[in-house]
Amino acid sequence: MMPDVQEFLQIDAPALLAAVLACAACALVGNFLVLRRQGMMGDAVSHAILPGIVGGFLVAGTRETLPMMLGALAAAALAGLLIEAVRRLGRLESGAAMGVVFTVMFAAGVVMIEQASAGGVDLDADCVLYGQLETILWLAPTGWDSLRDPAVWAALPREVLTLAAVFALCAALVGLFYKELKITTFDPALASTLGIPAGLFHYGVVLLVAATAIAAFEAVGSILVIAMLIAPPAAARLLTDRLAVQILLSVALGVLAALAGYGAAAFGPMLLGASHSLNAAGMIAVASGLILALAVLFGPRHGLLGRRRAIGRLRRDPEAVA
Amino acid sequence: MMDEALRILTFQSGFNSAVVVAGTAALGLAGGTVGTFLLLRRRALVSDALSHATLPGIAVAFLAGAALGLPERSLPLLLAGAVVSGVAGLLTVQLLSRFTRLTEDSAIGAVLSVFFGLGVVLLSVIQNLELGGQAGLKTFILGQTAAMAQGEAIAIGLLAAGAALAVALLFKELRVLAFDPGFAAVQGWPVGALDLVLMGLATFVTVIGLQTVGLILVVALLIIPPAAARFWTDRLPALTVAAAVIGALSGWLGATLSALFPKLPAGAVIVLVAGGFFLVSFLFAPARGLVAAALRQGRLRLSFAERRALTDRLAGRPVEGAMALWLRLRGYARNGALTPAGRGAALAAERDRRLWERFLADYPALLPAHANWGVDPIDSVLPGDMVRLLEERSTPS
Repeated sequence: MMPDVQEFLQIDAPALLAAVLACAACALVGNFLVLRRQGMMGDAVSHAILPGIVGGFLVAGTRETLPMMLGALAAAALAGLLIEAVRRLGRLESGAAMGVVFTVMFAAGVVMIEQASAGGVDLDADCVLYGQLETILWLAPTGWDSLRDPAVWAALPREVLTLAAVFALCAALVGLFYKELKITTFDPALASTLGIPAGLFHYGVVLLVAATAIAAFEAVGSILVIAMLIAPPAAARLLTDRLAVQILLSVALGVLAALAGYGAAAFGPMLLGASHSLNAAGMIAVASGLILALAVLFGPRHGLLGRRRAIGRLRRDPEAVA
Repeated sequence: MMDEALRILTFQSGFNSAVVVAGTAALGLAGGTVGTFLLLRRRALVSDALSHATLPGIAVAFLAGAALGLPERSLPLLLAGAVVSGVAGLLTVQLLSRFTRLTEDSAIGAVLSVFFGLGVVLLSVIQNLELGGQAGLKTFILGQTAAMAQGEAIAIGLLAAGAALAVALLFKELRVLAFDPGFAAVQGWPVGALDLVLMGLATFVTVIGLQTVGLILVVALLIIPPAAARFWTDRLPALTVAAAVIGALSGWLGATLSALFPKLPAGAVIVLVAGGFFLVSFLFAPARGLVAAALRQGRLRLSFAERRALTDRLAGRPVEGAMALWLRLRGYARNGALTPAGRGAALAAERDRRLWERFLADYPALLPAHANWGVDPIDSVLPGDMVRLLEERSTPS
C-alpha cells in the first residue's frame, strides 16, 4: 500500500527534505562540539532559546519565522554570556553553570507560553518541544512531471529554504576556516601562538551551533536537535581518526538517520497495517541513536568488538604491534 | 490576595493544598541535599541525561498497564518504568564515556536526546491507540501539581524526606567521596558502591520529582540550590544545610505561587524561584558573592593606598588629592602635618613594610597563602620569634 505520487510530493517530500537538511547542518557543526568536549553546549543552547522564541512570537504577534529566530538568537547569546559570567565570576564548574542558566531560561519560557496561551495565543509547548515536521507542506507539485516547472520549485516551503541556507552557510564557514577550526579544536594553545584567535573561534563555534539549532528546532523540536548535533558526529568519531573524513561521514550518517527515521515513522506503521504515522522527529533521534550504537559496537578500530579483537590478536602474537 | 497567599504559605488553606505545598517543599529539600554531593562530584549534568531518559520507561509502563487492563494510570507502575529507563540511560552514559573514546559530555547529550526521542515516538504510539488516561502522561514532561492527589503528595513528601535522611546518615562517606575519591579508595572505602548510592539517590529524587516539576526541569532541583548555597559558605555541613533550605524554600514558595495564580505551571515557577535565590546569592552572599568580593577588594586597595600615603608623609613626601582628604577624615593628618595618631599609624605601616620586605627577600617560599602581604599587620600573620628575627635583620647597623 504505497501513497500516491502527489501525496508523497506534497506531504512527505518537503518534510523529508527539511529533516535531511536539518540533520546535515547539525551534524556538520556538531563535530566541533564533540571534539571540543562541549556536547552540553548544544543541550544548554537548545533549552535556553525557548524564552527567545516565545518572546519573538509575542512581540511580533504572528507565527512568522524571522522574529522568533531573532528572539532565539538573542536568547542564545544571552545564555552564552550568562554561562560565562556564572562560571567565571561565580567560580562554578561549567556543567553546573550551564545547568543553572538553561533550566532557569527554559522555565521562564514555559511560564511565558502558559501566560500567552491564557490570552488565547496559538502557541503550545508541544510544537516547540517536538517540532512540527508533519506540518511542512509543499502544495505546488502535482506529480513527477510538475517538478520540471521552476515555479513549483519557487514555491518550496519556507522552512526548507531556511534550512538549506543554514546548511550552505555552515558548509561555507567550515570549508573556509577549516584549517583554523582544526588547530583551535585540537590545540588552542598552539593556535594562539600562531596568531589564530582561539577565543574568537570558540565563540564562533558556539554561535554557529546556536544558529543551526534555531533553524532546525522548527523542524525537529528543541530537544531532538541535540540528537542531531551529537549522535552522528559521535558515531563518525568512532569510525575514523581523520577530521575531514569524520566531518563528511557525520553528514552522511545524519542524512541516513533522517531518511531512515522519517521512513520508519511515516511508512513503518502503514506496512504493519496501522493507519496513523508516528512522531517523525522522535524516530529520527532514535535512528541516529541506533547508528551510534552500531558504531560503538562494530567500529573497526574504536568499537568495542573491534578493540577486543585487536587485543586478542595481540595476545596470540605479541610481536605484531599494529 | 494577600490573605490567600498567607493562608497557603502557612498551610491553612485546606488540607489538600497544604499537603501539596509541604510535599513540594520536601522534594526541594531532598534535591538540595543530594544535589550538593552531585555538584561537588561534578556530576550535575549526568542527572540531566537521567531525567530525560525516564520518558520511554513511563510510556512503556503506560502501555504495559493498558495491556494488563489496569485502571486509568497507576502511578507506581509509571514511576517504576521511569526508574528502569532512567537507570538504563545512566548506565549507557557511564559505559559510553568509560569504554569508548567519546567524552562524557557527548555521551550525556546523545543519551538524553535519543532516549527522549524514543519516548516521544512511544507517546505518539499511545496517542494513536486512543487509550484512556493518556492526558496524564503529558504532565510528566512539564510537571503539574494541580493534578496531584493527596496520597501522592504525602508519598512524595515522605520519600523525599527519606532521601534527605539517607544523605545525613551517609554524610561522612559522601564527604570523602566528593572531595578525594582516590584517598577514599586507598583508605578502603567502597568508592564504586558509594558512587552508585549517590547516583541511586539522584535517580530517586528525579523520579519522585517528575510529576511535580516535569522531566525537563527536575534536574534544576538538583543543580540550582547547591550552586546557590555554594556562595554562602566553604564548609560542607553548612553547604548541605543551606542547599536543603534553599531547595525547600523554592519548592514551598513555587508551589504556593502556582496555586495562587492561574496559568503558572508549578515546575517552571519552582525553578524560577530557585533561580531567584541563585541570583541573590550570586550577587549578595557574604562569602563568595560578587558585591562582597568587590567590597573586600576595595577595602584592601584602600588600606594599601592609606599605608602608602602614611609612609610617604612620614618620609616627608607630599600627599595630594583624594588621599590627603581621606587622611584628614581618618584623623591622621591636620594642616598638612601628621597628627600623633597619624604618626603612630605611619610608623607602624613603615615597620610593617620594612619587615615584610625583609621576609619576602629572605624566605620567599614561606609566604603564607592566606595573607595579604604588605597590608596585613605582620605581627598577626607571622609568629613572634620570626618577627623578632626579621626586626634584628632589618635594623640598619
